Amino acid sequence: MAYADVREYTHLTDDEVDAIGAELDAIRAEIEASRGQADRDYILRVITLQRRLAAAGRITLFASFFPPAWLLGTALLGSAKILENMELGHNAMHGQWDWMNDPEIHSSNWEWDTTQPAEQWKHSHNYIHHQFTNVLGHDNDIGYGILRMSRDQKWHPANLGQPAYNALLALFFEWGVALHDLDIEAIRKGEKDIPLLKKQLRQIGRKVGKQSLKDYVMYPLLTGPFFLHTLTANFTANIIRNVWTHGIIFCGHFPDGAVHFTEEELEDETRAEWYLRQMLGSANFKGGKLLHIMSGQLGYQIEHHLFPDLPSNRYAQISVKVQDLCKRYDIPYTTGPLWKQYGQTLRTILKLSLPNKRTEDNPAPLSPRQSRRLRDDERQNRRSELGKWSGAA
Amino acid sequence: MTEPLIQRSPALRGLRRFGKALTTPLAPDDYLALINPLWSQRELRGRIEKVVPITDRAATLVIRPGWGWSFNHAPGQYIGIGVEIDGKFHWRSYSLSSVPLVEGKTVSITVKAMPEGFLSDHLVNGLEPGTIVRLASPQGDFVLPDPPPAKMLMLVGGSGITPVMSILRTMDRRGSIPDVVLAYSATTEDDMMFVHELRVLALRYESFTFYERFTDADGLLTADQLDTVCPDWREREAWACGPGPMLDAFSEHFESEGRLDHLHVERFTLNLASGGEGGTVTFGVGGPTVEVDGATTLLEAGEKAGINMLFGCRMGICHTCDVPLASGSIRDLRSGNEHSEPNEYIQTCISVAAGDCTLAI
Ligand code: FES
Repeated sequence: MAYADVREYTHLTDDEVDAIGAELDAIRAEIEASRGQADRDYILRVITLQRRLAAAGRITLFASFFPPAWLLGTALLGSAKILENMELGHNAMHGQWDWMNDPEIHSSNWEWDTTQPAEQWKHSHNYIHHQFTNVLGHDNDIGYGILRMSRDQKWHPANLGQPAYNALLALFFEWGVALHDLDIEAIRKGEKDIPLLKKQLRQIGRKVGKQSLKDYVMYPLLTGPFFLHTLTANFTANIIRNVWTHGIIFCGHFPDGAVHFTEEELEDETRAEWYLRQMLGSANFKGGKLLHIMSGQLGYQIEHHLFPDLPSNRYAQISVKVQDLCKRYDIPYTTGPLWKQYGQTLRTILKLSLPNKRTEDNPAPLSPRQSRRLRDDERQNRRSELGKWSGAA
Repeated sequence: MTEPLIQRSPALRGLRRFGKALTTPLAPDDYLALINPLWSQRELRGRIEKVVPITDRAATLVIRPGWGWSFNHAPGQYIGIGVEIDGKFHWRSYSLSSVPLVEGKTVSITVKAMPEGFLSDHLVNGLEPGTIVRLASPQGDFVLPDPPPAKMLMLVGGSGITPVMSILRTMDRRGSIPDVVLAYSATTEDDMMFVHELRVLALRYESFTFYERFTDADGLLTADQLDTVCPDWREREAWACGPGPMLDAFSEHFESEGRLDHLHVERFTLNLASGGEGGTVTFGVGGPTVEVDGATTLLEAGEKAGINMLFGCRMGICHTCDVPLASGSIRDLRSGNEHSEPNEYIQTCISVAAGDCTLAI
């Protein structure tokens, strides 16, 4: 679908698009100006909590031979890793805390507790994914080069295995992420720069080595006769973290209502249109405060994509303003309970494992006139699944 | 010289390496710092021990550095200090006024509150003992050579006295001050830092001459008065530290007399006016391009062009803003040196374009 169609659907005039851009710029300026002590206190609290959880988990696992201790230690360690990857690592590496000028909480220095080197993540995620959000052929986050997530992607018999690939990706997500910046697609096409590939592989090797040494050698050895217990506990904690982060991240762009774009839309894109693409391409989920913290505030994926480098603890506040803006301009704001968003994502993965003709067809995009008259709930029906929108380009 | 214990002892080093394998990607210090913020050598930190008023507008901050600090600075060097105000760290550099000594386990800097400087004001009037600050290790080559030259001249204006103080105190501690003339200008007597200590030094050492100048009453010390203040200045190794215009005037004078090689200058304020020639700066090969003059730092130019430039202290201390130069040449505002080596890392916050250049961002 062409970008023009999105704008048609959203029935916005050029002036309105510009006005939306200006409003979002104003929100950004307001938040930037109000960053201060309270925000610093927040991130320091999360850091302290995360380090305590990690230490408590490791210590508990010295008794890993005792099943309740194994369970508790694994849970503590798993949550420490989740917190570190989501609320700390992801957000710090976005530069959300760079304004503090604190060299210890800075995007240029942060290294996270997972197998992908920070430097590569900053390229594949901060730059590629956030710049080219949901643009087919540019954004490798669409299905991570493994899954077919849009009707616009050509079907291949190998896609039949999608549900299985997805389960494996969820379990070993950190490895998927670790290889992400290598750009498997480019390697397959023989377009990859070989010296760069070597350098990246070396970096990954070093990081993987350190991570594995810690989780699978050092701590198990420290617990002596309980080597295997501790090893399985650490392995399980990593799997818990993997499944969780995979779920949260997939809920950000694949629930029904999140739109994919084609290359043409990038041409002459203004800043305001970029904003619009971020809003239409992202999806939120609802939940309590704890859920938001444990997901790195990615339940506010729309806000995060609009302002990737504003402090995550402000997204809730920003979301009130963004929702108001969406309502006034009649722009869809995709959100729902976590289970529902996740369910829709899984349904799409299942469905798109089959060729387009085997699954429901797409209605033509709405004419601007029609859409203006649509009531909210009707629009919700129209957008009941991913894919209904795409394909008609 | 005096490496911190944690680096000196092989056992501790080994322990730290072992700990690091357990805490990767963090360091063991990151956990220990939860117990005591000074137990980290990942970033140098210090605790403010006390704030001693020197004049109405100046105070000495006595700082106890944490792990990783080596007490081996050369007298005359400065350190960076990062102070948190409302969630944000502000970095400035100040000369160490203390002698390089491990015994006291502290270092000190003397700060003068500047009318327009909200940070210096905060340091002088608002810092509670116990506050944790960030530190950047000692730097600078405005230092006392070892052994010191037989005849020295020190030209000092205002807060430029601090590095000189550290040099004088070091010599005093060694019990010998060579033939030193200090010409120190301040607006009034009240505003003259360390005035009593200096007078006492002058009484104790015959070889130390202290010329006091109060500019409110006597006007600025001009270069041509040097012959009166210190007739044999041409035979002396000279050190000058103070406001930019004063340094410019003396540098010019020394140059015209062919003595520039013997003048050591310390500048605290960036002299933007005498910067590079300016030119076209390209941010990233094939990236956006802007025209800049010779007074706009590359960091500012990039920010104005909407580029996400990393920065920390914005004054050349922390190297957060380092970016490799792809081509062209730039001028370092502090040294005045031109750099044109491709791939050389340059600090965008203190560099201006010296002609067209491209940054590898
Ligand atoms: S910003 Fe600190 S060195 Fe340039």
